[in-house]
Amino acid sequence: MTYANRKMRTLLYHLIVGLLALVMIYPILWMAMSSLKPNGEIFTTAYSLIPSKFAWSNYSTGWKGFGGNTFSTFYKNSLFLVVISTFGAVASSALVAYGFARVSYFGKSIWFGAMMMTMMLPRDVTMIPQYILFSKLGWLASFKPLIVPQFLGTPFFIFLIMQFIRTIPSELDEAAKIDGCSKYGIFFRVVLPLITPALVTSTIFAFYWNWDDFINPLLYLNNPKLYPVSLALKLFLDADAVNNWGGLFAMSTLSLIPVFLVFFLFQKYIVEGISTTGLKG
Amino acid sequence: MRRLRENDHLVGYVFSAPFIVGFLIFILYPIASSLYYSFTDYTMLGAPNWIGFDNYREMFMDDDKFAKSVSVTFVYVIASVPLRLAFALLVASILNRAVSGVGLYRSAYYLPSLIGGSVAVSIMWSQVFGSDGLVNSVLGLFGVHADKNYVGSPGTAIWTLIALSVWQFGSSMLIFLAGLKNIPPSYYEAASVDGANGFHRFFRITLPLLSPIILFNLIMQTISAFMTFTPAYILSQGDGRPVDEMLLYSLYLYRKAFEFSSMGFASAMAWVMLAVIGLLTLVIFQSSRYWVHYESKGEG
Repeated sequence: MTYANRKMRTLLYHLIVGLLALVMIYPILWMAMSSLKPNGEIFTTAYSLIPSKFAWSNYSTGWKGFGGNTFSTFYKNSLFLVVISTFGAVASSALVAYGFARVSYFGKSIWFGAMMMTMMLPRDVTMIPQYILFSKLGWLASFKPLIVPQFLGTPFFIFLIMQFIRTIPSELDEAAKIDGCSKYGIFFRVVLPLITPALVTSTIFAFYWNWDDFINPLLYLNNPKLYPVSLALKLFLDADAVNNWGGLFAMSTLSLIPVFLVFFLFQKYIVEGISTTGLKG
Repeated sequence: MRRLRENDHLVGYVFSAPFIVGFLIFILYPIASSLYYSFTDYTMLGAPNWIGFDNYREMFMDDDKFAKSVSVTFVYVIASVPLRLAFALLVASILNRAVSGVGLYRSAYYLPSLIGGSVAVSIMWSQVFGSDGLVNSVLGLFGVHADKNYVGSPGTAIWTLIALSVWQFGSSMLIFLAGLKNIPPSYYEAASVDGANGFHRFFRITLPLLSPIILFNLIMQTISAFMTFTPAYILSQGDGRPVDEMLLYSLYLYRKAFEFSSMGFASAMAWVMLAVIGLLTLVIFQSSRYWVHYESKGEG
């Protein structure tokens, strides 16, 4: 193959792969750019990405929300839910993972098996009895059904962190033990600092899942004052979309920004997390 | 001085306590009560009455919507999972080379699957395929004048959902890319020396060596496809329209339970779903011995 020929092939490769990549992200670009178009223009010039004039007002009209609740409320709710849930899920999963990976105790294999089974169990099976349970506890219309279960370990994260703990040489544990460290001490002083990458990966995915969660808020929250952003967008769509597509697109675009931000900051962890465990992104 | 020996059993249960408590209360108890509710007429008002197999009988004999929802779901799963994996594999093998800019492409292909489950993307999708949306508008540039609302028309509705799912092939692609990196380049070199072309190399080396990863992806993606809820809910305005063409199984189950309060019937639906998923997983596993190739780990 001549040099010019090879150059030609590389160019062709970039042309095809690049074009396909553009097609993939075009819908996202389209929504982001439409959120800057004046309302009358979004669907009359849908083929174009460039607004005739930048209508930043979509963001302020969208932020006003509906029914007297602004997106300040919804973002506050989302942030609260995401921070508490993510912390609970990661912290509890780390504890459980250490128990499974490093302590041998009676009945461990049964609990481990139960965890692997839970990972494959469709949500639809447990959803209805959980709802009935929460309603009997009087937890409906509060954040509790969304938060409390998160503090009881998430099988995917337990598994991910376990895999990571197994790569730490057990001689470290032994050395700490000889120095008089208890198992609890070993966990907090030796293991926890070493599994930071696995904790970061888990935190990122917990953030994504909680930020995107729609069905749980839909089931358990019925007061718009408590809505997170995902559920608020759905209500916005029902309430006001026909009149204010610009505002709805603006708020939809805004809701994706934290996701993009985390992706660009932590790309390495995300790619590794998915490739090594098959975590869904 | 001798330290008192720690009791490992106690320590183990302390660390595992969160999972064990959660499993018993939020998994095991719900599984058991769901099975019980499935044989009752429970509506959350009053006590449940035992009605034997009536829910199951009604489902299969008298419920046209259930039949519709099953067929829609099968179309969705059977079309979206293989297409998604095929795209993932194709793009992964194209991106698996040392060319500058590959990292950027990888991100672009992966981004949709990162945000695909969100409400924002479902809202966007409903307008991309709306009557004045992106698709028709671009068709217009090529002189094709269409004003069809693909999301709202029977016949095309389910395909907009399938397209949304296939668009998110990125996470499977990343898993395949990781698998491709593990294939020793010497295999391809040896094959090239023997005169194999790219086509042969893909089907005789890449595909067999990736088959365990394909199996894993196939099972995980099939299970999650059966559970698809959010996009169907948003695109069909919550009720599976047009004429139940987007009434995916999870959506119908949700409506039965939380809009019609038929907790018993919906629980029975959940068990049918579990049985179908279990059976399918088993079939895929059984079939795997004919097409999954496990490399013997003998060589150095």
